[in-house]
Amino acid sequence: MNQPSNLPGFFSRLSIAFGALFKSLGDAEFAARVRDDGVGPTAAPAPVAPAPAPVAKPAPAPTPLRAPTPDSALQLLSLFQREARLIDFAHENLSGYSDADIGAAARVVHEGCARVLREHFTIEPVRVETEGSRVTLPEGFDAASVRLTGNVVGQAPFTGTLSHRGWRAANVTLPQLSESHDARVLAPAEVEL
Amino acid sequence: MSDSQTPRYAIGIDLGTTHSALSYVDLQASDGEKAVDAVLPIPQLTAPGTVEALPLLPSFLYLPHPDEMPAGERALPWSQIDETAVAGEMARSRGATTPIRLVSSAKSWLCHPGVDRRAAILPPDAPDEVTRVSPLAASTRYLEHLRQAWNHAHPEAPFDHQSVTVTIPASFDPAARELTAEAARQAGFSPTLLEEPQAALYSWIQGSGGRWRKQVAPGDIILVVDVGGGTSDFSLIAILERDGKLEPHRVAVGDHILLGGDNMDLALAHFVARKLATNGTQLDAWQMRALTYGCRSAKEELLANPNATTHPIVVPSRGSKLIGGSIRTELTREEVTSFITDGFFPRVEASARPAVRARAGLTQLGLPYAQDAAITRHLAAFLARQAGATAELEGFSGRVNAEHSFLHPSAVLFNGGVFKSGILAQRVMDTINDWLYMEGAEPARMLEGADLDLAVARGAAYFSYARRGGGVRIRGGTARSYYVGVESSMPAIPGMEPPLEALCVAPFGMEEGSELELPGQEFGLVIGEPVTFRFFGSTVRRQDRSGDLLEFWGPDELQELNEIQATLPAEGRVAGDVVQVKLHALATDAGTLELAAVARDGQRWKVEFDVRSAPEA
Repeated sequence: MNQPSNLPGFFSRLSIAFGALFKSLGDAEFAARVRDDGVGPTAAPAPVAPAPAPVAKPAPAPTPLRAPTPDSALQLLSLFQREARLIDFAHENLSGYSDADIGAAARVVHEGCARVLREHFTIEPVRVETEGSRVTLPEGFDAASVRLTGNVVGQAPFTGTLSHRGWRAANVTLPQLSESHDARVLAPAEVEL
Repeated sequence: MSDSQTPRYAIGIDLGTTHSALSYVDLQASDGEKAVDAVLPIPQLTAPGTVEALPLLPSFLYLPHPDEMPAGERALPWSQIDETAVAGEMARSRGATTPIRLVSSAKSWLCHPGVDRRAAILPPDAPDEVTRVSPLAASTRYLEHLRQAWNHAHPEAPFDHQSVTVTIPASFDPAARELTAEAARQAGFSPTLLEEPQAALYSWIQGSGGRWRKQVAPGDIILVVDVGGGTSDFSLIAILERDGKLEPHRVAVGDHILLGGDNMDLALAHFVARKLATNGTQLDAWQMRALTYGCRSAKEELLANPNATTHPIVVPSRGSKLIGGSIRTELTREEVTSFITDGFFPRVEASARPAVRARAGLTQLGLPYAQDAAITRHLAAFLARQAGATAELEGFSGRVNAEHSFLHPSAVLFNGGVFKSGILAQRVMDTINDWLYMEGAEPARMLEGADLDLAVARGAAYFSYARRGGGVRIRGGTARSYYVGVESSMPAIPGMEPPLEALCVAPFGMEEGSELELPGQEFGLVIGEPVTFRFFGSTVRRQDRSGDLLEFWGPDELQELNEIQATLPAEGRVAGDVVQVKLHALATDAGTLELAAVARDGQRWKVEFDVRSAPEA
């Protein structure tokens, strides 16, 4: 329903703005482009915290890269924490615990993660064949959804063994957020009165 | 362009004790028994500042502290400002940790005869600074939320112009029905009311796509067993043949039983907590609630999968240290069987009856929960009480046998999430079939293909559609006969109250839209002074006609309901004068019962159901 938009949210705009400021100070060519187009960097966005994109050097025809939108990522993290305690789990040092203790916690994480995936995504396999079976990829197959490995030579059609079926999100429904909602709070602190 | 005043959709609302849902039928796209229906996803807050559209709206209302959430975090897609009270998923999850601000089971309070249902009494244990709400206001809030969700999704077809049905338990008395209709009016619309077990059958009829005619035959008696989150409700529906067409007739409804799936989860959680306590692990209130959730999924898994022998339950730690802080335990098949299957659905004899404990002298005023947890015992009592329910029914006279100790159903339709467990549905079937076998009758069959979670909302939408002439209708009229108490005219005996007689004002099975005048009897009402009558209902006395005077009745035949009250305003008359009136009973098209006092000159006043009665002294 609400697919993540390509337009950056407020916090990513904030970080783009800071990125542009420091990059302009340190990189004359970049600053010149900002001055020339008067809009700011559109072709090659600056690195964006917290998930930096690779920096594209100004080139004759740079491949446009999309800036990730942290809001949706933060929202998903928050869901994984709320339903599955994923951040709690990942932050623990496992060395001191028995497998039985870890197993008990893993149940909470597994059950919750499964619930988040089920409720917010429609996930289906890319290939319906059973793993291990022989598949043939015709000419013009979708290289984005099928990855060739091993002895990759010759011309399509390619015939090989399906080692992983792949996953595709057929639908994403993330909750809507209110305008003022601070998505960086992944889980509020709790104080019992 | 069609006229915007003509309904485009038939809407059905399941206003449940724990969940509400809205389903609709597109009238333009539907024809005959082919109804095109859908369930409306309901946008609701699931966390502060987070809105999600879910198929169900949990029937919970949370009354937040003013400082509890930042501004702008309580806005819904259609709200201009923050909501003062939050309904839905966030209400339920927040309320689990702050129960003093949570309103739950408003529907059970709405039919609680011992409290004033228009008074702000919920949550009952809220501190003084929380602005409480009345059971009526809470129900209004849920309906308003659904109405706004509809208008948000369908701006082209305003809710108020659609044909809307709201469901109620079959066991609701006239006062509770009237209050449900009033909640809807306060939410801005006038609905038709439909009994939930009937809605479940409508949904089954619709879902069968016409094949239902092959699965039932004239002479069948369908028992609908509806066990929801908070209540259990039974109805009997007989299949008649009229003019070559099958016609379902609702012939009996059960009593109001406050016992449902939530009680089962809670019972299991307490059992597991006791087990943990013997090993030295004490749970606090927060962990107890987490345990209840864990028990629910363990119960569902063990009751759905006959091969599973144990299911682990983990109560997560409250702090951020998940490992080590979590408590692990498990639930075994034997425990679930002895607790749920044998505890709530024991295999009892047909002669079993629910245990009634004498109430302790001082009871805290709460919901009147069922005292016996065994649903099969309540069912045995219901079928025995209704042994003669079909005696007068056309086409059934040859089938009634005086030796039968209970009414013999020939088919059973289950409703409610509890019956997602095939084991529990099978247990009920086995128990009923044992009873039938003992009386030499054929076993009853289970009607397949029911949608257990959304059947009531879908059936209600189908009913909205059917009553516009599109599909099959269930007949039956009012499910009770009604009586007012009158003092018998006998010489006064010192120290003894004159015995009470019951005057029938509305017979069993009054069809919607019919009005009856109580013959003969006139009452003198004093202008400006309220007059009250004791009021009774019966689910078994089918033969009484309007105006019949009962001097005696069996101990279980008549149930006293809240009083009814008439006040004649002084307009145009002299206060203190006495006006002779006759009582009229009207079964409205909307599914409520109305009583009126009509003077000889034709002037009429509504006789109100008293829903403000204080607890009995």
